[in-house]
Amino acid sequence: MNTTTLKVSDIKSGKKGESGVMGIAKQNAKISRYLVSPSVLLLLAWMLIPLSMTIYFSLIRFNLLYPGENEFVGLENFEFFVTDESFAAGMSNTLLLVGSVLLITVVLGVLISVVVNQAFWGRGIVRVMLISPFFIMPTVNALVWKNLLLHPVSGVFAAMWTFFGAEPVDWFTEYPLFSIIMIVSWQWLPFAILLLMTALQSLDQEQQEAARLDGAGPVDIFFHLTLPHLARPISVVVMIETIFLLSIFAEIFTTTSGGPGYETTNLAYLIYSQALLQFDVGLASAGGLIAVILANIAAFFLVRLVGKSLTEKN
Amino acid sequence: MAKLTIKDLKKSYGDVEILKGINLNIYDNEFVVFVGPSGCGKSTLLRSIAGLEEVSGGNIFIDDKDITDAAPAKRDLAMVFQSYALYPHMSVRENMAFALKLAKQPKHIIDKKIMDAAKILELDALLDRKPKELSGGQRQRVAIGRSIVRHPKVFLFDEPLSNLDAALRVQMRIELARLHHDLKATMIYVTHDQVEAMTLADKVVVLNKGRIEQVGSPMELYHNPTNIFVAGFLGMPKMSFLQAKVISANSLGLTVELSSGVDMCIPVSSDGIAKGSTVTVGIRPEHIQITDKNNSNFTGRLDVSEHLGSDTYCYVNTDANEQLTVRTPGYYQGKYGDTVGLQVDLRHCHVFNNDGQSLYKLNRSAA
Amino acid sequence: MLSIKQGKQLNTVLIGLLAWGVALVIFFPIFWMILTSFKTEIDAFATPPQLFFTPTLENYTLVNERSDYLRFAWNSVVVSFGSTAIGMLLAIPAAYSMVFYETKRTKSILLWMLSTKMLPSVGVLVPIYLLFKNLSLLDTRTGLIIIYTLINLPIMIWMVYTYFKEIPKDVLEAARMDGATLFQEIWQVLLPMSKGGLASTVLLSLILSWNEAFWSLNLTASQAAPLTALIASYSSPEGLFWAKLSAVSTLACAPILIFGWISQKQLVRGLSFGAVK
Repeated sequence: MNTTTLKVSDIKSGKKGESGVMGIAKQNAKISRYLVSPSVLLLLAWMLIPLSMTIYFSLIRFNLLYPGENEFVGLENFEFFVTDESFAAGMSNTLLLVGSVLLITVVLGVLISVVVNQAFWGRGIVRVMLISPFFIMPTVNALVWKNLLLHPVSGVFAAMWTFFGAEPVDWFTEYPLFSIIMIVSWQWLPFAILLLMTALQSLDQEQQEAARLDGAGPVDIFFHLTLPHLARPISVVVMIETIFLLSIFAEIFTTTSGGPGYETTNLAYLIYSQALLQFDVGLASAGGLIAVILANIAAFFLVRLVGKSLTEKN
Repeated sequence: MAKLTIKDLKKSYGDVEILKGINLNIYDNEFVVFVGPSGCGKSTLLRSIAGLEEVSGGNIFIDDKDITDAAPAKRDLAMVFQSYALYPHMSVRENMAFALKLAKQPKHIIDKKIMDAAKILELDALLDRKPKELSGGQRQRVAIGRSIVRHPKVFLFDEPLSNLDAALRVQMRIELARLHHDLKATMIYVTHDQVEAMTLADKVVVLNKGRIEQVGSPMELYHNPTNIFVAGFLGMPKMSFLQAKVISANSLGLTVELSSGVDMCIPVSSDGIAKGSTVTVGIRPEHIQITDKNNSNFTGRLDVSEHLGSDTYCYVNTDANEQLTVRTPGYYQGKYGDTVGLQVDLRHCHVFNNDGQSLYKLNRSAA
Repeated sequence: MLSIKQGKQLNTVLIGLLAWGVALVIFFPIFWMILTSFKTEIDAFATPPQLFFTPTLENYTLVNERSDYLRFAWNSVVVSFGSTAIGMLLAIPAAYSMVFYETKRTKSILLWMLSTKMLPSVGVLVPIYLLFKNLSLLDTRTGLIIIYTLINLPIMIWMVYTYFKEIPKDVLEAARMDGATLFQEIWQVLLPMSKGGLASTVLLSLILSWNEAFWSLNLTASQAAPLTALIASYSSPEGLFWAKLSAVSTLACAPILIFGWISQKQLVRGLSFGAVK
């Protein structure tokens, strides 16, 4: 009963009068939608340009020491890289390093964060001390451990060993990979603690009280309430640590330089040494691609595992 | 002067049509309320008027000027949001000044406008506070103040009272009515609360599934709903609906037989209603009375009674096990399970055909 | 038998002792580094290591003379702040667009951005090195800023995205109704409302850039080397000056350590891409 009886002439005059402001809303929305493009384009370039160059280099002979001989060699570089004894060592060291550090940081991280989540005197200071190593730069970390702590003569560990009547250990010579795992774990343990501690604070108190009323002891509560609650943050820790641990470099560079032999050479360091120490770009590129593939295999599972739930939760 | 005209407005998200062609005229100084169940499109309609949603078709005019594609700020409208949407990092004063500053108005004029608005809304003492230091009602007032200072052609309100507690809601409702009277402005108000719609509106627009069901004054909608949806939506407690079969139709009205076997002659137009067809009879709680069993249209069994003090609402089951809501005086003392007599005021009964459309009442003036 | 109350108190004490013990062990290397920085070189190399000694500040005064500390520190500052500033300039509009103008592809774009973090730096080391060589970006601060911006951008966008996600859309719409332009809406309404989150994004980016040690070691030499590279130079035999190494290290880590302490709570969200709050 109230439908409009507007005349056509009204519409026309209206449109003419407003031509200056017409479409500003739509235009703004359009601009806003494209505000993401600079970042997308940059990241796309960052991914595609070097990656396609790597693929190209990996298929040609390219040594900076012998310029001009850039003929196509097919998969020869890959064959060389993979069959060299350094590759097997690099692969297994990478996996050992990533796996051990993940295990150590997650297990200790869960235990420590559960302890620190209780109320006790000086909790704030304890928290600060626990997370500090994360903010130390990797090169400092490596040198402090190498020279001040693990030094076979005047390191703190040597002093402790002597104090208990044992023979001091030359860590980086006798247990090189173990030493690297130790110092990398020291650096990343705080990350796990920081995330898990925060996650624990959102643990449902009432749920715990209900469990206690049902007769559950601390151990039951830990396994049936706390651990399930931490499943998601743990997966986040695993994902992010994996990203960074796959390319651990500075710690090895400053302590062992990959040695002795290939004992502490991981893929990252191996490629670095091929490229910048032996100037074999083709070989290094093949190695780089293998590292990319390896990371993508890890990423495939991790992003599926964690990334999906990240966006869904939002 | 501010007249708003909406012509065949359509809005869809992907395949989902939210607004399916809205035609509406809103006149100067009118207080118009959009009401309907959630998902009916009332908020989308308001946001389209505001310019916050791109429409898929149709036009919106303010004073015959097409604003369908104009930027929100160019429409000369102000909006009060459900969440108030105050700028949390600005004081009350800055919140109200923001639009004026963006419009580059001189400072002394801004100050004057803010003082005027603050006086109307009793915000004088709160001007330097931040929104988080205010109560819900005060925030609401700031949100309104932010609209007032702009002297817009049309005020838009998106469920502005739904975040307030019951007592405050009543108070703000009265203040809004007073504000409308004082400002003499055109206001469009969205709510799902029919009490707000009935009390505030000059004109109520009932929306359902993206379509306008009926437009009219609150009383018109209450007494003469055009269809079963509007009839059921307005009124607290709801109108009771009974299934019935048409026995005979003549110039005095329609004689129907209820499922419970009772015959009734209701004075509605019987145009186009065939004998034997099924219809729905709608009766409001105040149009049934509980009477002596022997002196009644029919009987029913008393279910639950709700005592509100002034009134008692009785839920009565008919013999066909249909539920009727009956308003009785506050002192009514019926017991659960009692058999009671029911007297229906036939002049006020509504009859809806198979499509849910209301049959024209023969005694409309009685409304 | 202990009463429940006494048992609880004992528990608290034991847990406290355990926590303090663990914390002291974990913090010890940092403590020892700071301590050593106040020793003379002779004390620093003493066997067994000395806990008590006559402190000296000479290492700190010598650090700059010997290694031009300030130049490296300045490089670190320029590179960290430069890449953070550019990163924010890119991340804020990107996150704004993805949060408030979400499309069907937004989620895939976010996940894809995250996955670029999975691209190991070594995989692209060679081409970047050669590109930088050709573009004369090797050993320049500009080059490092470009790299740091790119490697931190996904994290920054994610962080800002999670913070913007919490801003009620209504408030921005109110600004739009009030006549704010796109720029005014972002600058005068959105950014002030999310300044806490933006600050922690800036902090995280600063920390990551400050401590980055793959690209800085491979792409810089004498001119643009930041502190991470300076410290690494102490791994050569001349780095046997442990007290000085400790002093340099303490100086290099102190600002970030303090930043980290202050912002630990906000950092969690960024570090976990918003998955842990």
